[in-house]
Amino acid sequence: MATTTTKTETLVGKRIRRREDPRLITGTATYVEDIKMPGMHYAAIVRSPHAAAKIRSIDTSKAAAHPGVAAVFVGKDVAGVGPVPCGASLPGLRVPHHSILATDRVYFVGHPVAVVVATDRYIAADAADLVEIDWDVTQAVADPEKALASGAPAVHPEWPDNKAFDFHQEHGEIDKAFAEADVVVKQRITSQRLIPTAMETRGVVAEWRAADRALTLYTSTQIPHLVRTLVAMMLGLEENRLRVVAPEVGGGFGSKLNVYAEEALMGFVSMKIGKPVKWIESRRENFLTTIHGRGHVDYYEIAAKKDGTILGIKLKIIQDLGAYHQLLTPAIPTLSVLMMPGLYRTQNIRADIVGVFTNCVPTDAYRGAGRPEATHGIERMVDMLAAELKMDPAEIRLKNFVHKDEFPFPTATGLTYDSGDYAAPLKKAMDLAGYDKLRAEQAEARKQGKLMGIGISTYGEICALGPSPATPAGGWESATVKIEPTGKVTVMTGASPHGQGEETTFAQVAADELGVDIDDILVLHGDTSIVQYGIGTFGSRGTAVGGTAMYFALQELKAKLKKFGAMMLNSDDVTLANGQCVCNKTGAAKSIAEMAAASYRAMALPPNTQPGMVSTYFWEPPNFTFPFGAHLVVTDIDKDTGAISIRRYIAVDDCGNLLNPLIVDGQVHGGVAQGLGQALWEQAVYDDNGQLVTGELTDYVVPRAHMMPWIESSHTITPTPVNPLGVKGVGEAGTIGCSPAVVNSVVDALSPLGVKHIDMPMTPEKIWNLVKGAH
Amino acid sequence: MIPQNFEYAAAQTLDDAIKQIAGGAKPLAGGMSLIPMMKLRLATPERLIDIGRLKELNYIRESGGALHIGAAATHHEVESSGLVRGKCPLLSETASHIGDVQVRNMGTIGGSIAHADPSADYPAALQALEAKFVLKSSSGERTVSAADFFVDTFATALEPGEMIREVIVPLEAQGTGVSYQKMYQPASGFAIVGIALRIARSGGKISMARIGVTGLSGKSYRAIDAEKALEGKAGSATEIQNAAALVPQNVDINSDLHASADYRRHLAVVYAARAIAAALSRSA
Repeated sequence: MATTTTKTETLVGKRIRRREDPRLITGTATYVEDIKMPGMHYAAIVRSPHAAAKIRSIDTSKAAAHPGVAAVFVGKDVAGVGPVPCGASLPGLRVPHHSILATDRVYFVGHPVAVVVATDRYIAADAADLVEIDWDVTQAVADPEKALASGAPAVHPEWPDNKAFDFHQEHGEIDKAFAEADVVVKQRITSQRLIPTAMETRGVVAEWRAADRALTLYTSTQIPHLVRTLVAMMLGLEENRLRVVAPEVGGGFGSKLNVYAEEALMGFVSMKIGKPVKWIESRRENFLTTIHGRGHVDYYEIAAKKDGTILGIKLKIIQDLGAYHQLLTPAIPTLSVLMMPGLYRTQNIRADIVGVFTNCVPTDAYRGAGRPEATHGIERMVDMLAAELKMDPAEIRLKNFVHKDEFPFPTATGLTYDSGDYAAPLKKAMDLAGYDKLRAEQAEARKQGKLMGIGISTYGEICALGPSPATPAGGWESATVKIEPTGKVTVMTGASPHGQGEETTFAQVAADELGVDIDDILVLHGDTSIVQYGIGTFGSRGTAVGGTAMYFALQELKAKLKKFGAMMLNSDDVTLANGQCVCNKTGAAKSIAEMAAASYRAMALPPNTQPGMVSTYFWEPPNFTFPFGAHLVVTDIDKDTGAISIRRYIAVDDCGNLLNPLIVDGQVHGGVAQGLGQALWEQAVYDDNGQLVTGELTDYVVPRAHMMPWIESSHTITPTPVNPLGVKGVGEAGTIGCSPAVVNSVVDALSPLGVKHIDMPMTPEKIWNLVKGAH
Repeated sequence: MIPQNFEYAAAQTLDDAIKQIAGGAKPLAGGMSLIPMMKLRLATPERLIDIGRLKELNYIRESGGALHIGAAATHHEVESSGLVRGKCPLLSETASHIGDVQVRNMGTIGGSIAHADPSADYPAALQALEAKFVLKSSSGERTVSAADFFVDTFATALEPGEMIREVIVPLEAQGTGVSYQKMYQPASGFAIVGIALRIARSGGKISMARIGVTGLSGKSYRAIDAEKALEGKAGSATEIQNAAALVPQNVDINSDLHASADYRRHLAVVYAARAIAAALSRSA
């Protein structure tokens, strides 16, 4: 029965509630942990308690003899499984061979050594405690600068300098710029290690069906197709025999943009024991073994003229890589280099990266991935420059912005900024804040000895990752749109959303394009046996790249519908609009459902036209997109305790067109929460022995709802010319814009005390020490 | 995050629970401390006896000039009880600072006290209130003061086979001002420093001051020198500051990731001064 409802109201741009929310908030969504299968076994992983040790011997006999244990595997058992893959390539990159279970030595706390498989998870956990390992503990190094010092313990014996790579990039006349400068400001700026802390930890269910020679892997991932390709290679299994399903994914923030040892390990186990096997990561395992983010020590120098014109920027990044490379580990700091000029016009840059091995879990992409570090750096440096020149921080920014008539703008780092009006969000934020009045109030407050700060950051991002030549695995995205014989519309996106709301925003676009009701549209994703090959959701690309692929698939379908409409209406002069094909002469019309039904029934076909109503489109983006914005933060400092309170948080983000402002707000709020986390609270702390001190949620400070300020979120809109939707992406904006605005605000508050810089997180004790030191 | 094997039984009567505890079972009430420790395998009890559902332990009543609170009363019950709010407001105010809503709905006063976390909120108030705990075992009952009960970090006066049956706190006299001031450890919600205050005034002078301290050291305590420094004073800013300065005196001060000993010592003074001022402003 043809039931498609036609509609005339447009949905794009409306605050439509998320269609995925009912199942999430009623607890009926299916996560990996919810999957149960007959005969299912459970895996517990034995992990190294040491950051650096040799394994003299492993005795699994007691564990194997424990009632209920089906199997125990150690490193030598999985010798045939390929190493954990690194997808990034840099000249001269040293890549440690990281097998899925350690063999002769371990190099971080949490390093998997053995896997115990049992009939229930309690037995597995008990038996894991029975695996006896004779360790020869060696010295560890957990700090990247200490790892570079001579005589430091070698994380990998074959590379005693602990360097994984050196990277250099330069543009313009940097030495001349610094020689001619009136002022040079230098600062060491750290961007501490953070733990992504997705609400759902990782988890894998593997089901091997020997008779079908088919392995299904349910895994909490952002990139199911890439996991399929890479895990198939690791296991030596034909890729078309492996199905990867990302069921409901409870947050990723980049930490699930990866291929992990446990994904291949569970596949291996299930193939060995011939039973489905489940492994669910505990929170402690998550903190120890899922990638961390950031981990920068940055040395900045900025050169300028007296009038504030920036002449050049030098940056040396010491990147804490951790003990080995996960999928993109070494590539992340190169994004920092690309972003280092920020929104400013200077063409003179010099950047060096030293990638350093430490006895810690690897760093990799975490919300913003290299760009928050770069934005934090340049936005701090610009503030320090303003302070040095006694200029207002807004004024120095306005002076150095790329002008709105200069786009497309080639940057010093080889990018081409697509479109922008960088002054607009800054001016809007200042208007919303009442900037001049705030400065007057601050002057008054300072007379009374009060510490009040006003901080600005104006950020840019590299989003919609990205053109394929600039990405490790291809940067296109795919979509299939099917109009079923009954007229219902199914969208399959290769972007694998995990909380971004694409089931809603994609349906809005499809509904508008086809002129059908949003309830007639179903958006599917995350299953490699349902969805055509895709890349995934990360780097603020889901809508800007995946949505664009769908848009073009829809255009092809519309052209095909029109052919069927013309045939059915027996007219060359037809218009497709509002869910109908209308004959412009007679006014006769055929609905989408009628045309779809006719295409499958195929009693007659238009010339050179196949039956059916399906289109698949792989869209290759010609460029990244470059969202931007301004965040303005007003803080008050309690001098007695060092506590920071955020009085106002104003976020003006320009992410191009807004498909759904409600979802955009949510992305900004969540992003700001994670930016505040870095600015104020979060830090992964390893001690000198490589033990993770912040190994639990009772010590690692994730922002809670009650710790959040009210966020005054608004926008300017500068559509991108890169895609027809005009959308730039907004998943990471809040995080990128936030931390420098907060730090600039607190430094501004403390500037009467002579404070010029504060490293994150700005804990009350740190602030109290600065206040105390000034007296 | 998976505990070792254990046996679980829900007690039907208090006597039943006491028998089980005498036999080596570990009492479980709200499970807000014990369960996480079991999941991390830091605690590995072989047998649990659930006392959380015992009606005999879940009450709040007034008798004999005191409030009697059953060990299984939840933080939420203490926080929201009209009786506690009216007659012992320091305890309800303190309860409102514990953990979050879910924790307050599950956690019990007896469990918190027995666990003796040095950063828990209740002990500060119970010290300031000079509370008494009724401890029960198969050989009978005894009453121990808060000052004697808290021995050290996670260490109490509880003997093997004993459990907390009841908490006794005095009815607050009319006009007494109270306050609980706390700096939160932002990840756990426990107190980096928590100061509980009771102040009574008479003829323009402070006639009684009680100061309970948590978070600062291995165990909660009463800051008696600071109390004495306040008594007989009008409560000027200088007098408050001088008294507050005595709060961290002669104490081994904790140092951890979230606050060094120096910072904690300083916070103790700041929060004590704030608590004294707040309690004073509420006293009549």
